Amino acid sequence: MEKMNTENHIQYIYGIADNSLILGQRLSQLCGHGPTLETDIACTNIALDLLGQTRNYYQYAAQCMGESATEDTIAFLRTERQYRNVLLVEQPNTHFGYVMARQFLFDVYHLLVVTQLQESTDSMLAAIAQKSVKEVQYHQRFSAAWIKRLGDGTAQSHQKIQEAINDLWKFTDELFYQNEHDIAAIHAGVGVDVSTLKESYMTTVTEVLTEATLTIPAETWFRKGGKEGIHSEHMGYLLAEMQYMQRTYPDMKW
Amino acid sequence: MKTENLKDRAILFEQKIARDEKIEPKDWMPEKYRKTHIRQISQHAHSEIVGMLPEGNWITRAPSMRRKVALLAKVQDEAGHGLYLYSACETLGVTREELYAQLHEGTAKYSSIFNYPTLTWADIGAIGWLVDGAAIINQVPLCTTSYGPYARAMVRVCKEESFHQRQGYEIMTILANGTKVQKEMAQDALNRWWWPSLMMFGPTDAESVHTAQSMQWKLKRKTNDALRQQFVDQTVPQADILDLQIPDPALKWNPERKQYDFGPIDWEEFWQVVKGHGPCNQERITARVKAWEEGEWVRDAAVAYADKQSDATLQKAI
Amino acid sequence: MKQDWPLWEVFIRSKNGLEHRHFGSVRAADAAMALDNARDVYTRRNEGVSIWVVASKDITASNPANNGELFEPAKDKVYRHPTFYKVPDEVKHM
Repeated sequence: MEKMNTENHIQYIYGIADNSLILGQRLSQLCGHGPTLETDIACTNIALDLLGQTRNYYQYAAQCMGESATEDTIAFLRTERQYRNVLLVEQPNTHFGYVMARQFLFDVYHLLVVTQLQESTDSMLAAIAQKSVKEVQYHQRFSAAWIKRLGDGTAQSHQKIQEAINDLWKFTDELFYQNEHDIAAIHAGVGVDVSTLKESYMTTVTEVLTEATLTIPAETWFRKGGKEGIHSEHMGYLLAEMQYMQRTYPDMKW
Repeated sequence: MKTENLKDRAILFEQKIARDEKIEPKDWMPEKYRKTHIRQISQHAHSEIVGMLPEGNWITRAPSMRRKVALLAKVQDEAGHGLYLYSACETLGVTREELYAQLHEGTAKYSSIFNYPTLTWADIGAIGWLVDGAAIINQVPLCTTSYGPYARAMVRVCKEESFHQRQGYEIMTILANGTKVQKEMAQDALNRWWWPSLMMFGPTDAESVHTAQSMQWKLKRKTNDALRQQFVDQTVPQADILDLQIPDPALKWNPERKQYDFGPIDWEEFWQVVKGHGPCNQERITARVKAWEEGEWVRDAAVAYADKQSDATLQKAI
Repeated sequence: MKQDWPLWEVFIRSKNGLEHRHFGSVRAADAAMALDNARDVYTRRNEGVSIWVVASKDITASNPANNGELFEPAKDKVYRHPTFYKVPDEVKHM
């Protein structure tokens, strides 16, 4: 096994944790605005799972960094270019179809990642993954069920969810992209080689979309950049809101 | 039913309540009992879900990860409480959708406190401490109210609610012991939320139209003024611990009554907010209507899908 | 279309060894969703290990107006209870 440096290690953790943070933040914008109380409560449960995972990862990363790093300095005090989440999770809550499509397209990937991460030689990451697997299994069950309901529901819902899938499809390829830190982590036995997950991903996604009577987009042009810190324009606003308190009142305890 | 019979039934009914027996959904009940309960339980449910909005306003801006998950879980609890209460109300023969319609049309009331804006992070602390503190005082006696489904919903609500107030007071404690800016933020929040919190107990006993009947049916165990006094007596020492000033120059310990005397409440403001002229009445209802209307296609899709599935199952059975 | 989601009654087993108990209700379009909604609403604080959901419309309930004929007759059948029978004091536990 090759060695990876601390920077590789921390960046690798960000690559996983930032997805959970940003998606959790997006979902928490919806709390109180869902189509029914039951759905509202369910989406909030998913947000809480994701933010809980984020905290576990960040607390571990802070420990690796030492000095004055905390889960909060990591969550709130980086610049936009330092967040390593994929573009998919930062996309806005355009309507419930987008929320579920984004969730589903991420959940399938997320479950494959945390399942493999349980085998990591980094016992801390393996433990966090082990706890996350059960949560993410439920997320996928929930979002897949909604994809089917919306796809095979009314003509209007079919059209809306297909539109969301079509729009978000271009962000799916980035899920399997790996940067230098990912590669270093894989070589060290710490990271998951996500390039090997694409086939399983496509199988599950195709299965669910087909059952939902939806069409797999023929799109072959994909966007990426999030993993390198090149985000979409939505990200700046999301961070401005999320970091507001920490930026306005620096160095205080809350 | 003959009138005589009805009268007997009404007497038996009141005796049953006086004996602390519960009334259950299918039991006979006077129409007025049913209507009063629908009104009170639905107002309570509406308050929970409208109450999600001012606090939800700060979820995305919570200053730490710990605060973010706590606030998110708290606002989610309120959705749950709304749901329990709507369910209890539905047992009286009215649907959640009918109740929503009343809220959306503006004919249903909800707690006026939620028509005030949350302007700083300290407001989240003040709401937890004061508004939830007041709510708990109002709600605990309802765990033994006469209508079974309402009492059971309240037991669950009160159990879950217990972390809310502590969460708020913890936020206030950190702020009050923090930097000058933080302490000022906390004081400012207390200044703005104190009087509306006192108003949460409703009009004074002399003005309250429902009290006598509500006491009989155990919808109320103490009067508005008694509950308000309990709140003041409980909260003043908590403010002292925080070293924050309650914005009432007339507030003073009365050694004879062994209670705090406090200044007059601005009832004009109270009635204005009730009538819809509070700072955020319109925004709150608009947000609820928007969520409901934008969710319609989603709810319809789920029903259409369910219908197709049951058709498919039927065909399989044949 | 505007069709409301039907009501479901939720029964939860808090832990193995205990029976399922009525916890409340949820709205859901179908049984699968009702199960998920019950999980999301009623087991947030680790309250359960098993959930049943039943469409509220499928429950047949006795009418309290008939409580007399249904339940009164059982009241005087004291011989169904152990205290009805006398045994000598020397027999301590029976």
